[in-house]
Amino acid sequence: MTSMLQASGVNKRFGGLQALSEVGLTIERGQIYGLIGPNGAGKTTFFNVVTGLYTPDSGSFELDGKPYSPTEVHKVAEAGIARTFQNIRLFPDMTALENVMVGRHVRTSATAFGAIFRTAHARKEEAEIKKRALELLDYVGISKYANFQARMLAYGDQRRLEIARALATDPKLLALDEPAAGMNATEKVALRGLLVRIRNDGVTILLIEHDVKLVMGLCDRVTVLDYGKMIATGTPADVQRDPAVIEAYLGGSHTTDRQEAA
Amino acid sequence: MSGWLIGHELIPTWNSERHWVPACAGTTRTASLRRRPESSVVAPEFERRGRAGVKTFFPGLSHSPRAAWIATFVLTAALVALPFALGLYGNAPVRALAFAALYVLLALGLNIVVGFAGLLDLGYVAFYAVGAYMYALLASPHLASNFQSVAQAFPDGLHGSFWLVVPLGAAIAAFFGVILGAPVLKLRGDYLAIVTLGFGEIIRIFLNNLNAPLNFTNGPQGITLIDPVKIGGVNLARTQEFFGLQLPSVYLYYYLFLVLTILSIAVCINLQNSRLGRAWMAIREDDIAAKAMGINVRNIKLLAFALGASFGGVAGAMFAAFQGFVSPESFSLTESIIVLAMIVLGGLGHIPGVVLGAVLLALFPEFLRHTVVPVQEQLFGRVIVDAEVLRMGLYGLAMIVIMLYRPKGLWPAPEHGVSPSEASPPGALRTP
Repeated sequence: MTSMLQASGVNKRFGGLQALSEVGLTIERGQIYGLIGPNGAGKTTFFNVVTGLYTPDSGSFELDGKPYSPTEVHKVAEAGIARTFQNIRLFPDMTALENVMVGRHVRTSATAFGAIFRTAHARKEEAEIKKRALELLDYVGISKYANFQARMLAYGDQRRLEIARALATDPKLLALDEPAAGMNATEKVALRGLLVRIRNDGVTILLIEHDVKLVMGLCDRVTVLDYGKMIATGTPADVQRDPAVIEAYLGGSHTTDRQEAA
Repeated sequence: MSGWLIGHELIPTWNSERHWVPACAGTTRTASLRRRPESSVVAPEFERRGRAGVKTFFPGLSHSPRAAWIATFVLTAALVALPFALGLYGNAPVRALAFAALYVLLALGLNIVVGFAGLLDLGYVAFYAVGAYMYALLASPHLASNFQSVAQAFPDGLHGSFWLVVPLGAAIAAFFGVILGAPVLKLRGDYLAIVTLGFGEIIRIFLNNLNAPLNFTNGPQGITLIDPVKIGGVNLARTQEFFGLQLPSVYLYYYLFLVLTILSIAVCINLQNSRLGRAWMAIREDDIAAKAMGINVRNIKLLAFALGASFGGVAGAMFAAFQGFVSPESFSLTESIIVLAMIVLGGLGHIPGVVLGAVLLALFPEFLRHTVVPVQEQLFGRVIVDAEVLRMGLYGLAMIVIMLYRPKGLWPAPEHGVSPSEASPPGALRTP
């Protein structure tokens, strides 16, 4: 079976800063893949390269067995990668339901003509979009806020809404940029449950996260970046013991604190 | 039931098949939730035609189709009867009404660009001009008298039919919309406003100067002797008799514009509640997120420019036919600004608000023109303040008052999620 996403030899340079050097990783189907590293390690840069926001200087990708070159951002969702943002980017004045309905855009086809004359096709599609959006709101557990404007939702629910919106594009790979940022302990536990369920339902997840505890308990495989280089890849348990990782996170002289860091 | 559900259909539970279909091979399982939906949400029903219009204009009546029908009927009857009531004061008020309908058309078109898609356009009048000149050239002796070849091809002169010129006006204006839209795709806010403003001026200056070496537009003198609208043999420039009722020309134009306006409102509502309408709103709210959701921002923006412009084109063609005369000075920057002011005053992006704003701002100067002078003469025996001076003063005052008390316009889109009856919206105003 082919892997879901394969990246090899990815380089990205911003002026004098080599943000990514020779990054290569393989995400297997059905995995939750964690990408961690200290601040400025290049996690988000890699993420933005995968989702087409940045063009890599070199490197190649394969998505679900097919070559994939993320050049135009809007084609990324079409190819099957949906993302969320580190600082939530919802459509604040639209309702939660409408937010998710926007996610269906890429999988639907009604034209201006269909919209203006409300053709049978357009109306049927519209009803399907709405049904699917409601299912997804229900799936992430916020369907009772369907008619609330997105900006009225609580922070944790906004995160969930963003995930529902991403799921609406029928992604093969769901890329989450620090989904637990700003969440309290209870919300994190709930988020973890949601992510496990999404994975079990067949969507592969790429996760960038600062919260080491969350990553370690959740991910099937982890890659650690530091200064744009991959310093370790493996199961969470392996990575946790890797001296290079401990050094990157804590500096050489703090090895005694390793358990705490984990 | 909490207050925010009012106006939407309520169903106690949602029983449709509740499963999650994975994008690729995997297990399908019934979604079990942390929280079941306690209250209901909008039913995923097959929306019937017309319902969206009722929801937009009579949000309080959407639960009762009969009340909504009655309201629609009363409103229509009032609009049809209006010229007869105002006609007691001569034709001028009816003429003002007809112009108000044209402004509603313009405002609806601009609202697609500015209100829905969030692209600030200060050159909207250009499309109005394109539509007007389109009609003027195709339905006046101007081209035939200036170009031999045209005169030979059309020995009876050019008399474009209503059914040809109006769609053509819309199409040409849409084309110009794309021409304006293409270079400004990457611009936002102030920069976009400046470029579109320039575009509007370019069109006007072109119209002003395209009389030499070949006389296309007749320059500042404008084009005269434009054919009136003829629909099915009915000439709208003459008084017509229907069922024993004498209908002067202005009445006929008013009804024509009214029909066009109602059609345009329907088109706008349908667009707003469609996949495209949502895409426009998405790029207005956050275009990076919209892109990440797979929306082709470039095409969607161009579509907004094109569709918005086509409304302007139709309004322009109607304006030319109604006036019988067009000249560049009708299409100044002020005109763009007035149309923008209409939609901002009414409520950006909210169709009923836009209609209200357009009607108010279109009728207001007419109202002043016919009241200020007589009232002053009655009160003081002489005219102290000129109507025009008072109009500008009142505009300024209105602007300040609106900004202070109704910053979202007179009739903005309803807020969802603030629940007056139930205590706790989940996290109102806690925007991160």
